[in-house]
Amino acid sequence: MGIGTVTGRAAFLRNAQRIPVGSLPMTGKEALRDEVAEKVRLGARLSALTVFRNDRGAPTLLAVLSHPSSGELEMLQAETGGSYPSITRDCPCANVFERLVHEQWNIVPEGHPTLEPVRYPRGNPGTARFLTIPGGCTHEVAVGPVHAGVIEPGHFRFQCHGETVKHLDISLGYQHRGIEGMIPGAPPNRVQHYMETASGDSTAGHALAFCLIKESLSGIVAPARAESIRAVALELERLANHIGDLGALAGDVGFLPTKDYCGRIRGDVLNLTAAICGNRFGRGLAVPGGVASGLTGDEAMDIRERLKLIERDTVSAVELMMATPSVLARMEGTGILPEETARSLGLVGVAARASGIPADVRNEFPFGIYRFSQIPVCTWASGDCFARASVRWLEVRQSFSFIREQLECLPGGPEKVPDGPMEPGMMSIALTEGWRGEICHMAATDESGRFGWYRIIDPSVHNWHGLAMAMREQEISDFPLCNKSFNLSYCGHDL
Amino acid sequence: MLTVLKTRILQKHRTMPYPKGKPPLLPGRFPGRPVIEDKPCREGCRACTAACPTGAVTFQGGGGIVLDMGRCLFCRECERVCPEGVISFRGDHRLASSSMNGLIVRPGDPSETPGELIAAGFPFRRSLKLRQVSAGGCGACEADCNVLSTPAWDMGRFGIEFTASPRHADGILVTGPVTRNMHDALMKTWEAVPEPKIVIAVGSCAISGGLYRGHEEQLEGVASLLPVDLFVPGCPPHPLTILDGLLRLQGRI
Repeated sequence: MGIGTVTGRAAFLRNAQRIPVGSLPMTGKEALRDEVAEKVRLGARLSALTVFRNDRGAPTLLAVLSHPSSGELEMLQAETGGSYPSITRDCPCANVFERLVHEQWNIVPEGHPTLEPVRYPRGNPGTARFLTIPGGCTHEVAVGPVHAGVIEPGHFRFQCHGETVKHLDISLGYQHRGIEGMIPGAPPNRVQHYMETASGDSTAGHALAFCLIKESLSGIVAPARAESIRAVALELERLANHIGDLGALAGDVGFLPTKDYCGRIRGDVLNLTAAICGNRFGRGLAVPGGVASGLTGDEAMDIRERLKLIERDTVSAVELMMATPSVLARMEGTGILPEETARSLGLVGVAARASGIPADVRNEFPFGIYRFSQIPVCTWASGDCFARASVRWLEVRQSFSFIREQLECLPGGPEKVPDGPMEPGMMSIALTEGWRGEICHMAATDESGRFGWYRIIDPSVHNWHGLAMAMREQEISDFPLCNKSFNLSYCGHDL
Repeated sequence: MLTVLKTRILQKHRTMPYPKGKPPLLPGRFPGRPVIEDKPCREGCRACTAACPTGAVTFQGGGGIVLDMGRCLFCRECERVCPEGVISFRGDHRLASSSMNGLIVRPGDPSETPGELIAAGFPFRRSLKLRQVSAGGCGACEADCNVLSTPAWDMGRFGIEFTASPRHADGILVTGPVTRNMHDALMKTWEAVPEPKIVIAVGSCAISGGLYRGHEEQLEGVASLLPVDLFVPGCPPHPLTILDGLLRLQGRI
C-alpha cells in the first residue's frame, strides 16, 4: 500500500499507508495546537488526538487530521512534558479527545473548559460534575445507566425547564472493559476478537480497519476477491443496522407496522451475513490477508436472490412510513443539528451527512474495493430526525445496488494470501466507513514486530456530543426519538 | 389506511412455526454445539489449546480434550487446526444449560444431548417477565435478545417479555462480563426485582467474562455475583439458542 511522506513538520499518509515511527517529525506543542486549529478551520477533520507511546521514549501528543480535499491523512507529533495548551476552545471537536488524554495519561490540556472523566477507568462512573442551571426555575432528570429497553448502559442528565430540555450531559464509561490497553502484548489470536467486539454491531467495519492496519504493517495486499467480499459484508452490516434503525424510529413515534416489518427484515439481512461466514454479525470473516470463508458462485447467486426479496420487503415497509404524514410530522423539525454545529463538533457518518456535510470515508479516503467501485455521498440538509432517517433510507437503497453489483461480478482469484510478520518500528492509520461513520484505527509495532501501541476510534466518540446539542430546546419526551436517530455505540465509545 | 392494509398483505404473516413446527433453517456455516470425538490426539499435539483465544479448550491428561462452552467464542479455530478431526462443530443450536457443568464438553459426549434444565416447580412456566441488564460487552447479545421480540420470533407467544422496570420483572437477563463500572447498577437492579426471581446469563461474557476474562476492568461474569439459573453460551448466542434455553427452562419443550 506504500509508504507515507514527511513534509516539514508533519507526515502525510494515504489511507492504510505506513511510515517508520522514527521518521515522524516532532513539533512544538504550541505549533501543534495552532496547526490543528487552523487546518480544522480550513475544512480538515480531526480524526484523532491521542497520546503515542511505543516501547521506548516519553509519551507524545499525536494529532491526525484527515483532509477530504486531498485524500491525505496528516500526522502531527509534539512533546508535552506533562501539559500542553488546550485546543478545545478553538476547536470543540477536540473536547472528548483531550479529556481522554487527561484521563489516560494525566497530561493536562491547559485551559480546557471541563476536564471531566470519559471512561472512568478508575471506577465511580456517573460522578462527573454536571452542568446545572442556577436560580431554581429548572429541574433535573437523571436517566440510566440501566434503561427501559434492551440497550447498552449510559447515564443521561437533563436540565429541564418544564418539558423543555435546556441542556443534556451524557456520561458514559459503564461498558469500559479495557480493550485498548490489552492489545499490546496480546496473543495475535485474541487481537482479532478484540477488534470484532470493539462495537458488536460494527464488526465488519472494525475488523476491516484492523485488517488494513495489519496488512499495511506486514506489507501484504489482500486479493481483489477478498476486498469485494469484505465490502459486501460491510454493506450488509450497513443495511441491517439502517433498516433496524428506520424500524426503531417508526416504533419511537408509535407507528407499529414499519417497526415490526423492519425488525424482521433486519434479521433477514443478518442471516445473509451468516450465510457467508456462519455468524450473523460477520465475526471471523475479514482476516489479515483476505477473508476466512469464500463464496462459491452458487452461494453468491443464492445471496443475490434472497437479497432481491429482502429489498422488496424493505421498500414496501419503509415507503409506508415515509408516506405517512403522522410519522413525518413527528420527525420533521425534531432534534435539529445545524450544519455549523455539526462541523464544529466534528461529527462523522450518518449524523454529519444529515446535517449537510458530505463526509464519507468510502468516498473521501477510499479503501479496498471502494477505490474501484465508487459510492456517491448521500446527504440531507435539514439536520433533524427526518434527515437522519432520510440519509439512512438513501444509503439502504445504495447498499442494495452496491451488493448486487459486487455479487454479479465478484473478482476471480484467491480469497486469501498468507498473513505475514509485521515490520518492526512502523506505524499505520486506517479509516473505514462503518454504518455509523468514520472508524479510525492506528497502530505502531515495537522492535520485535508486535503491536506496541494501538488506538481505536469509533464514530460514536465524535458523535455523542452531537446528540446532546440536538436535544437543546427539545421536549424531553422526544429524547428516545432523537437518541435513536443517532443510534450511537456505548461500547465503541467506552472500549 | 389502504396503503397500510396493502403493505400488511404484502408483508404476510411471518411468525415462525417453531417450536410446534420445525426450527428455522440455520446456515451451513453456523457452528453450533462442539463435539469431541473419543479418539486419540496426535502424539504431543496441543494445537487446539494453543489456538483457542480464551482458554476454553484445555488438555486434561487422561481425560483428553475438554471444551468449556461458557468460555467459547465459537470461532472454530480449534476445529480448523486439529490434524485428526477430533473437535468439530455440528450445528446443533441447543446449547443452554442450568449449570456451569452442563457447558463442559468432553470426549465422547453425544452430539445431541442438551444439558438438563429445571422444569419441575419452576414458578414462571406460563409467564416470564425479564429485565435485561447490559453489563459490559459489545452489544451483540443485546441485539440478538431484541430480535426475539420481533414478529418473526414473537417471544410474547410464550408469555416471555422484556419489561421496562425491574419492579415488574420475574428475573434479570444479564449480558456482558459485568464491568466494574456496571457492578453497582447491576446489583441495584437485582435487588429491585421482587422474590421469587431468577438470573439468566446470556453470552460467554456473562457466563465467564469471555474474551475479557482476566481484564481488571471486569468481574468475570454474573455467576461470580449472583445465583444463575440459566446459562446460554455463544458469542453472541443465536436467537434460536436463547429461545430454546428459555423454553426449556419453562418446560415448554
